[in-house]
Amino acid sequence: MALPKRIIKETERLMAEPAPGISATPHDDNLRYFDVVISGPQQSPFEGGDFKLELFLPEEYPMAPPKVRFLTKIYHPNIDKLGRICLDILKDKWSPALQIRTVLLSIQALLSAPNPDDPLANDVAQHWKENEKDAIQTARNWTAQHAHA
Amino acid sequence: MSAMDYDDDYMDDDDVDEYDSDTGMDVDDDGEDDYGAGDGFAPVVADRDVKKPYEVDFKVHSTDEIVAFQTKEVAHVAGILGCLPEHAATLLRTFKWNKERLIERYMEDPEGESEKAGVVMDAQKQAKFAIVKGFECPICCNDDADMETLALHCEHRFCRDCYAHYLNEKVAEQGESRRIQCMSAGCKVVVDEITVEKVVAPEILAKYRSLLLRTYVDDSVHLKWCPAPDCVYAIECHIASNQLLEVVPTVRCKCGHQFCFGCGLPDHQPCICVLVRFWLKKCADDSETANWISANTKECMKCMSTIEKNGGCNHMTCKKCKHEFCWVCLGPWSDHGTAWYNCNRFDEKASIDARDTQAKSRQALERYLHYYNRYANHEQSAKLSSELLEKTAIKMEALQSTSTLSWIEVQFLRKACDVLLESRMTLKWTYSFAYFLSRDNMTALFEDNQRDLEMAVENLNELLERPIPGVDVASTAATTITPQQQPSHHHVNNGAGTPTSMSKEPSATSLPPLTPSHSTPSVLVEDSIRDLRQQVLDKMGYVKTRREVLLSDTTQGLREHRWGMNVDMKTGILFD
Repeated sequence: MALPKRIIKETERLMAEPAPGISATPHDDNLRYFDVVISGPQQSPFEGGDFKLELFLPEEYPMAPPKVRFLTKIYHPNIDKLGRICLDILKDKWSPALQIRTVLLSIQALLSAPNPDDPLANDVAQHWKENEKDAIQTARNWTAQHAHA
Repeated sequence: MSAMDYDDDYMDDDDVDEYDSDTGMDVDDDGEDDYGAGDGFAPVVADRDVKKPYEVDFKVHSTDEIVAFQTKEVAHVAGILGCLPEHAATLLRTFKWNKERLIERYMEDPEGESEKAGVVMDAQKQAKFAIVKGFECPICCNDDADMETLALHCEHRFCRDCYAHYLNEKVAEQGESRRIQCMSAGCKVVVDEITVEKVVAPEILAKYRSLLLRTYVDDSVHLKWCPAPDCVYAIECHIASNQLLEVVPTVRCKCGHQFCFGCGLPDHQPCICVLVRFWLKKCADDSETANWISANTKECMKCMSTIEKNGGCNHMTCKKCKHEFCWVCLGPWSDHGTAWYNCNRFDEKASIDARDTQAKSRQALERYLHYYNRYANHEQSAKLSSELLEKTAIKMEALQSTSTLSWIEVQFLRKACDVLLESRMTLKWTYSFAYFLSRDNMTALFEDNQRDLEMAVENLNELLERPIPGVDVASTAATTITPQQQPSHHHVNNGAGTPTSMSKEPSATSLPPLTPSHSTPSVLVEDSIRDLRQQVLDKMGYVKTRREVLLSDTTQGLREHRWGMNVDMKTGILFD
């Protein structure tokens, strides 16, 4: 099936003017499948790490949200060990007016501001709430261990 | 056999039938069964029409009736506000059909309220298709020059195709109706009905409208959908939430499902909703483990941690609070002096206290288990009664083939099963109710009623399980009987005024097939069956009466605040 105009335009814009700290490259053989790299935001425990993600635009896109998953291991209360992300705009708050760029920016923001009150990884969230300092240290260690090239 | 014999038979039939209608009719509320009972032309029993204290008024509504209500309400409000019915409907939905509040608020701030509800009163501002030069749809990135576009009053403009796509997805896939918002991220403006109508295909519009209709029932406190699978009826019942402390509003849907209007669970008379909730929570907590704990552990006297002793000496040190005590007497270890590993002390004050505390918690557990076991037992028996129903169906066929009883006349067995099941459910819930009652004279009365019903139920159950002498159930079960194979006794019935449609026999076979050689044993069997029937009817009537007495008295007691409760109605925590 021909690629919808929306996806072509979005891809063009993403390549022409990428968002800072984010890169998204479509596969040659499947233009709905993107390799994404988000660099850890400054002043976050993920600073200095490059996190790989995969992003897929389903058939119904943009009426349905893209599917996004972390490939790099990360210690974060809203991301589980399979890399699945708990983010409202990827679920019920999705609007077709949102884009790949806005989704990735939201994920970057989630790295800066973890939300242990709405956890996906319960053990991590517990850790974060009980001893934030210690949890942040663990997140730093994981970043150093898994997210450095 | 002479014609006279049959006349006798006929008279017998009639007598029994009349009895049947006396005992059997008053609780029926579905017309179908009345048919069977009415064949004796018994006088109508007066108390059939009298509402019992544990019954509530309710109405079953079909979808059409619900549509009619809404149309009426909408027309009324549209008349007062002077707006289109569609707008009135949207406003009403936003206000959850609270007319008074809507009118009051609307009179204060018509524009603000309409905007919040997603209503565009001003026809000029109503979203309409427009072709905008140089516009590119932010969703599909289409920029065709002749593309139709649409924007709600928030001015977020998108193309028609995207809107159609979006609304299809929301309505058909996600089942949303009232709260569909503008496509722009974070915009809270609601897509109004008229806009939906403009954009979507007729079949999607139909679904949208039916979803809107459903919200009427969901929003109303006096209406509930019947929770049975695939049931299309809604029940209307005007019961205030504070009344739920006094009565269990059991309603019966047209589909036959009986449930509590208060909490939606299957009928749980006579135990009120809040106690049912506490009880089920309690059962989920500790019904199974409680047994084991009671048999195998003791509690630390200081911190009440449960401790299992799996070896070692009697000098216990609680892992949690470090309290040292003796496993045998539960007194503090320090009192044991040098008599280590051997407890022969009994009278020390501290150890008496300790044993008291333990006895108390043991007692609480035992008390719970007493009620739980009986509750679970009735539940289990009720489950088994589906088996009983099956067996009864076989018995009913066997009865028809071995005696002169007709299809209608053997229905007493099925009815008895229904009564049995209903009463078992009632009994089951009396135990959870009794668990929360404090011990006083009133409770003793309640338990008397409970015991009477229980005995009546067990008697009836036993009678129903008992094999019928002379009726070979096994052979009937093995060979399915077709109407033609059935011995033709139906002419007796026809004479007794049974509607002829009930008789499946062609009239040619209605001659008596009995030969004198088998008439003697079959007369005996006949007698014993009639005898049994009488017994079942008696016992069934008695069970019904006991159930009514219990339910009426319990409900009246709740109204009069006669029952002492040993539970905090807010937290569900038991008093000591």
